[in-house]
Amino acid sequence: MADPLVIAGKTFRSRLIVGTGKYPSPAVMADAHVASATEMVTVAVRRVNLTDRSQPSLLDAIDRDRIFILPNTAGCYTAEDAIRTARLGREVGLSNWVKLEVIGDERTLFPDNVALLEATRVLVAEGFVVLPYTNDDPVACRRLEEAGAAAVMPLGAPIGSGLGIQNPNNIRIIKDQARVPVIVDAGVGTASDAAIAMELGADGVLMNTAIALAQDPVAMASAMKLAVEAGRLAFLAGRIPRREYASASSPAKGLIAAVSPSERSGAGVETRVTERASRGAAFAEASAPGAGGPGDQS
Amino acid sequence: MTIRLNGEPYELPGPVTLSALLHSLDLDARRVAIERNLVVVKRQEYTTTTLHDSDEVEIVNFVGGG
Repeated sequence: MADPLVIAGKTFRSRLIVGTGKYPSPAVMADAHVASATEMVTVAVRRVNLTDRSQPSLLDAIDRDRIFILPNTAGCYTAEDAIRTARLGREVGLSNWVKLEVIGDERTLFPDNVALLEATRVLVAEGFVVLPYTNDDPVACRRLEEAGAAAVMPLGAPIGSGLGIQNPNNIRIIKDQARVPVIVDAGVGTASDAAIAMELGADGVLMNTAIALAQDPVAMASAMKLAVEAGRLAFLAGRIPRREYASASSPAKGLIAAVSPSERSGAGVETRVTERASRGAAFAEASAPGAGGPGDQS
Repeated sequence: MTIRLNGEPYELPGPVTLSALLHSLDLDARRVAIERNLVVVKRQEYTTTTLHDSDEVEIVNFVGGG
């Protein structure tokens, strides 16, 4: 298998982790999962609805032969609640992994990193594979890794915001120092955001809303699959350094033009008008005065 | 007797096992997890765990999430 994602010794061919919330229907979710080629999806742990039993089981809409279940502790505001929720998620019997969330603020859903670290320590000691959702803070990520996290999952932007990677430099620094996989979790809005996360060196991307609430979730799932792959390839390929000015791709030697741009700069409007006049009526019409036609930049 | 089930008062005819409770609720034990008085109960202990008055019971399952 070329370039797999390995977390806690488990191998995934896909670097895209997808959620199971907010889809228009279970069927659309299942199709989106197929289109995304994901091999790991998150699920939430909630009280069974004892009054309305008409809802189908989420698990029936997940292809568990192909897809690994990652229970989360979303919605927990204390280490204690997150630990209880993680234990219940494990007891369902599909996974001893947990996407650990301890939320510290209702409006931003930013993590409470102190409680997160505490919960990570407890759950690692209990044998969980802990994947904490955390700030894009290199120091917090280092602490979580030291506490035994199997991966660190810094946010790109607030959950469900679709704002894209707000602090690319931090993501790069986190990846640079981490010895466990770095999964950018939350904030992706569209395919380019996922590609950017991967180009920064992230080992994977986790997203829910960007796919589930897209106008066409299945098409967006395909786009995300391609974006994650493209971003990963670009990262491995090694991008060129950024530079302030142009660097010509075509050879400077052998040009038929004998006049350099600096020599030509004085020629101005007259030269351009002469060029246009020789190109026929159709072109002249298209680049009528004030139209700003293509001839203006020749 | 009365227990608290998923945060609400719930009447039981008398001491029953978790297995019996799940059965009466028509719940598949393989799809849920149970916490009793803040402690997770292992699935293999459902048949031997008897509920008592005032027990706090949480029955959870997986739902969609991110």
